[in-house]
This record gives sequence, C-alpha cells and structure tokens, in this order.
Amino acid sequence: MTLAAEINDGGGNNSGASPEKLLSPVLSAFWDEPESWTLDTYKRHGGYEGLRKALAMSPDDLIAYVKDSGLRGRGGAGFPTGMKWQFIPQGDGKPHYLVVNADESEPGTCKDIPLLFANPHSLIEGIVIACYAIRSSHAFIYLRGEVVPVLRRLHEAVREAYEAGYLGTSILGSGLDLELTVHAGAGAYICGEETALLDSLEGRRGQPRLRPPFPAVAGLYACPTVVNNVESIASVPAILNKGKDWFKSMGSEKSPGFTLYSLSGHVASPGQYEAPLGITLRQLLDMSGGMRAGHRLKFWTPGGSSTPMFTDEHLDVPLDYEGVGAAGSMLGTKALQCFDETTCVVRAVTRWTEFYAHESCGKCTPCREGTYWLVQLLRDIEAGKGQMADLDKLNDIADNINGKSFCALGDGAASPIFSSLKYFREEYERHITGRGCPFDPAKSTAWADDKNAHQGVNA
Amino acid sequence: MTEARQEVSLGMPQLPAPAYPAEVRARLEADAKEVIARYPDSRSALLPLLHLVQSEEGYVSRTGMALCAELLGLTTAEVTGVATFYTMYRRKPSGDYQVGVCTNTLCAVMGGDAIFDRLKQHLGVGNNETTEDGKVTLEHIECNAACDFAPVVMVNWEFFDNQTPESATQLVDDLIAGRTVEPTRGAPLCSYKETARILAGFPDQRPGAVEATGGAGPASLVGLRLAKGEEPHPKVVAPRGEQARTDAPQQTSASDPDHPAGPAAEEGE
Repeated sequence: MTLAAEINDGGGNNSGASPEKLLSPVLSAFWDEPESWTLDTYKRHGGYEGLRKALAMSPDDLIAYVKDSGLRGRGGAGFPTGMKWQFIPQGDGKPHYLVVNADESEPGTCKDIPLLFANPHSLIEGIVIACYAIRSSHAFIYLRGEVVPVLRRLHEAVREAYEAGYLGTSILGSGLDLELTVHAGAGAYICGEETALLDSLEGRRGQPRLRPPFPAVAGLYACPTVVNNVESIASVPAILNKGKDWFKSMGSEKSPGFTLYSLSGHVASPGQYEAPLGITLRQLLDMSGGMRAGHRLKFWTPGGSSTPMFTDEHLDVPLDYEGVGAAGSMLGTKALQCFDETTCVVRAVTRWTEFYAHESCGKCTPCREGTYWLVQLLRDIEAGKGQMADLDKLNDIADNINGKSFCALGDGAASPIFSSLKYFREEYERHITGRGCPFDPAKSTAWADDKNAHQGVNA
Repeated sequence: MTEARQEVSLGMPQLPAPAYPAEVRARLEADAKEVIARYPDSRSALLPLLHLVQSEEGYVSRTGMALCAELLGLTTAEVTGVATFYTMYRRKPSGDYQVGVCTNTLCAVMGGDAIFDRLKQHLGVGNNETTEDGKVTLEHIECNAACDFAPVVMVNWEFFDNQTPESATQLVDDLIAGRTVEPTRGAPLCSYKETARILAGFPDQRPGAVEATGGAGPASLVGLRLAKGEEPHPKVVAPRGEQARTDAPQQTSASDPDHPAGPAAEEGE
C-alpha cells in the first residue's frame, strides 16, 4: 500500500491522521541541524551515496532508472525528468550541457531558495549524477540574482565539492570530468522560462525562443541541453540512494514521490511542508493550525499566481499533477498562497497583472500589449471607475493573450483573470456598482489582529 | 550657458564615455579575465561583468558598459540592450543600501503596501529614489521567493523577514545612522558595491559570512518539526474539528488570552 493510499484510507478528511504519517521530509530532513548546508552534515545524512550507486551503473541504465522512478519536473510543467535526459542525442560529437533553473520568481513560489540555503549539496550531487547520465562535462546553476545569502552558500558548497573530489577531474575515480559554474542572474522573471534562461546565460536579453528546436537538440550554444528545476535535480540522489521503489511508494501512480509544498499567506503556520504528492490543502491546514484565528479561507493558488486560483470548494483536491489538473488548475510549483475573507480579489489580481505587465519581455505583441491594457482596466475597476462591459473586455483580452504567445508568461497572466472572474465575478461587479473597493486593506495585514487583540485587552 | 545646454537637447550624439583610470581598469580587467574563463563562450560573461562594473561605481555607467563591450568584442549598443533589460542593474548613481519592499500580491496584502507607504513618507523619497545623504535607495520589488516570511524587505539582497512598518522604519534609521544591521537570513550587511562583486561570482571572503544566521529560517522548518512530532510554532492555534475549518466562526486571538499576539509571529526583532 502506498502512502497516498494510507492517506486516503485515513477516512474522510483525515483530521485524525497525524503529521508524522502525512509528511515525508527527505530534502528537508536535516534542515534543523546547526550547519545543515555543509558537506559534513550532508554526508552524515547519506550524502553522495546516491552518486556512488549511479556511477556503478551505465549512463543509459541510469537514465532508464530515473525514468522508471516516475520523477516529474518540479518547476511547474511536470515533465518526466528521465525522459528529458533521454532526449539528449548521444554520440553526436557536440558538447552537452546541464543547466539548472534556480531562477525561482513565480509569485508565491518559495521552495528552491530555502532548499538551496539549507541543503545546497543535494543539488550538487544531483547535478553530478545527471551529467554522468547525459554525458555532460559542464553544468551551470542559473540562480536569480536577488538572493545573495543563497549565492554565498552555493559558492561555498561548490568549493567544498571541488575540494572533496565530487567535482573536477575523474570524480571518485570514475573518469567523469565535470565543471560546475554558478551564474547569478540580474532580475527578470522571464528568465525562469527555459529558453529565455538560455538566452540570458548566453549574455543576451532574456527572451524566449521559438520551439522547435527544443533545448534537448539545440539549447545552450546550440548544443544539446537539459534544463531542470532545482528541486527535480535535488530529488535524484535520494532516489538513487533509497531506490526507485521507495520513491514510488509515495504519492500516486502517475505522480510518485515526495515534494515541497510552500504554505503562505493568512495561515497560522506558513512554511515548507515536504509531503508525498497528493496531500490536500485541508490536510496541510489541519495539521498546521489552519487559517489565522478568526478567519476563513477565501481563495488560494495551488502553484503560484500563474495557476488558476481555487476557493474553499477545492480544499480536498489532491495536490498532484492529475488531481489539480482535473479540478481546472495546475500543480505548478506547489506554492499554496492562501488568502482569507479580508482580501479583495480585485486588488490581488490587479497586482499580479501589474507584475506580468512589468515582466513581459516585449517579444510577443499579445502579451506585451494585452498585459498593459489589462492593468489599465483593472486599475480603473479597483478605483471604482469601471463599467460592467469592462468585465467581458477583461475576459476577451485575456483570451487574446492565452495560448497566443511564445512562452507561458502570457498564459500565466490570463490565469488569474479567467479564474477570478469565474469564482468572484460578483465581487468585480460590486467594485463597479459601489464605485470603489469595499475592502479595508488594513484588515488583511499580518498585524491586523494583533492590534485588535491589544486594543481588546487594553479597553 | 551650461544650464541651457543641459536643458535643451539638440539631438547631438553623446561623446564617448570617459575611460576608467588606468589602475581601476587594470584591476577590473584582471577580474574580468577570471570571469570570462568560466564560460565556453565569452559573451556568457556579460551579466557577471555588468555586476562587476556595478561593484566599482555602484551603478552601471556608460564607462562600465564600454569596458564590457571592449572585453567581450561586442558593440556598446549590444551591451546597453542587455543592461537595460535587467532590473538589478542601476542606471544612475544610487544609495549604499538598496531597500526593496516586496509589493507583489502576497506580501502587499500581508502588509508590504503599508510598509512601502510608511518608508516613502519617513524617508521623503519615492520609488527608486535615494535619500539626500546618499545612504538609502528605496524601491518596491517583485516576489523574492520568501512568501512564507511575508511581508519581506530586502536590503542589498539580504532577507529581512516578517517586517512591520515599525520594524522597517527602525531598519532604515539604523542604516542611515550607520548602526550595524543584521538580516534575519543572510550575512551582516556589506555595501551595495560589495554585494555586486559577490553577484559577479567572487565569493564573500568575510569570516562568518556563509555561516551567518544559521541553517534554515524558522518558517522553512515548520513542516519538518511537525513531521518529527514537535510543535512547529509556539503560537499555533489548537487543531480544530470538522466544523471550524473554513466556514464556522473560530476562536479569535482576542478570545485566546494565552496567545494575545495571534498567530503571526514577529521574526527578527
């Protein structure tokens, strides 16, 4: 019986299931150690054992093993990691590259940054394994620039790994040579899109490329390139070390394994929760103290602002690729941003849309122009200057962006518009008929209830 | 004369950027060679090199861009096109401390908007403006991947988690007064120029910088603590039954004298 099955057998909403049974810390298992980021700590917890097992296999067997484990990309799209590796043509005489996407910038997403801050060696070990599999001798970590504490620890971890012989020439005597370069970005959300990231890494403006050709054929410097998310690669060493069957014992058949869920917003205990795929938001909230006291959930995103929002109707949706997809959204980055009833959905969507307009790279007309006009309409509606016809116009513009641009930024910009109009059209209408926003932003702040509590005590 | 010349643009092309003094140029060139050697193709070094010239002057000047172009065999137009695309490259001289308040949706709702408004008022500057003493440049930033620590303020790209208008005001006052300021996650602050050098790929050499503030932040550990059967958070409300989950009135912080501060913990105070 899989852990997911145990969860389901727990009966109904599983309010009785204990966190010990529902959670499965793997990558986060030793983050509470005093020096969790060091090579010493990592090795004490089985670090670089997966690499030894990988190097004992042939590269093709290794790719097949990772494919069999069912590991799927943790950056949003959920593409099988082993299959991505398999697409790299072999014997083509060209250099192959591995590029790790550590440009975590999707609003709400905050998993890779704490992972790299507390446990950078899991990524480095995964990189060595992946490069052995795809026959690459140079890998890059493209880290967003705005996280200097993480950059520091990556610099240090890479230095330690070279010194210990996990990077450099003939790693662990295997004959595998590998250079690893840590590359800091310079502030552009679009560089999280894999082809824009490659252009950026080539020293250009980060603008997406037309596909095909896909990066597996013509990626970095027009050579075969695998682009993987941090969490995907960091999950590989544990799969090798503990076995694919262990990995598949968690989650569901199509979405096996463990993953980091990031709970944020108006909840009692925001933070990272590593659990088998398929856990529900209700289970996570139940074990962690629920919404902040005295408030109820209004809307939430399953995987960042680019995934269509959910409401309290969706508390029992299994948070795996299929479950969230069937409910009309996407698992995305598992960034569970929870907003309570004090939050104005029009304000939230306006702010996200301003973000997409700011971050649109300008290459595709529908996205560049569409996000601009969405912002104009939304600002008017929020300020009480909107008209009823604007709501259909919002839908129409979003429809003209969605699926009509090179990359997913445009689709992401359309998601909050479509989904908020679907679930909260009446709230938009109230802004128009009431000539303004009916919400008090002061009530949404993290400290709103602190003040009330103190006033209550003092009164 | 001079004033009039500044106000009226006659569409004349700018004069070439002045060169760096020989000593500065020699130093930057040596660093640049090290950066370029990391990449199979030299142009890949452009983003780090722009960070590097920013570490010299605190912003990316025309002189800095001209040097990048020369070292990489690019035109200044190609370099300018890249430098203007990315938000971390400053285009004008700015403060020693870049104070960025996250105002993307989640942080904004949790209080980022209120913090940003308070700081604008307190410092007397607008977005992307610098205080007269040249200490602090204020800007609003996009999501910085720390939503579980909202609302977040970044100073020179170190994390100041779980801020309030009061804590943020104290923070900028300390920066202006030259008092030591330590982030909740990250190393004791260095200047913006020194930060830019780390971004160019030169590891922070200060003793204790890597170790500073310990392992994971408190929010990063809540799941792990629960999985270990430990209480994740000193202020978590008691688990509730079926009814109370989403729709029924719940116990409020006001009615819970044991937890008068409610569930929102203040870190880094």
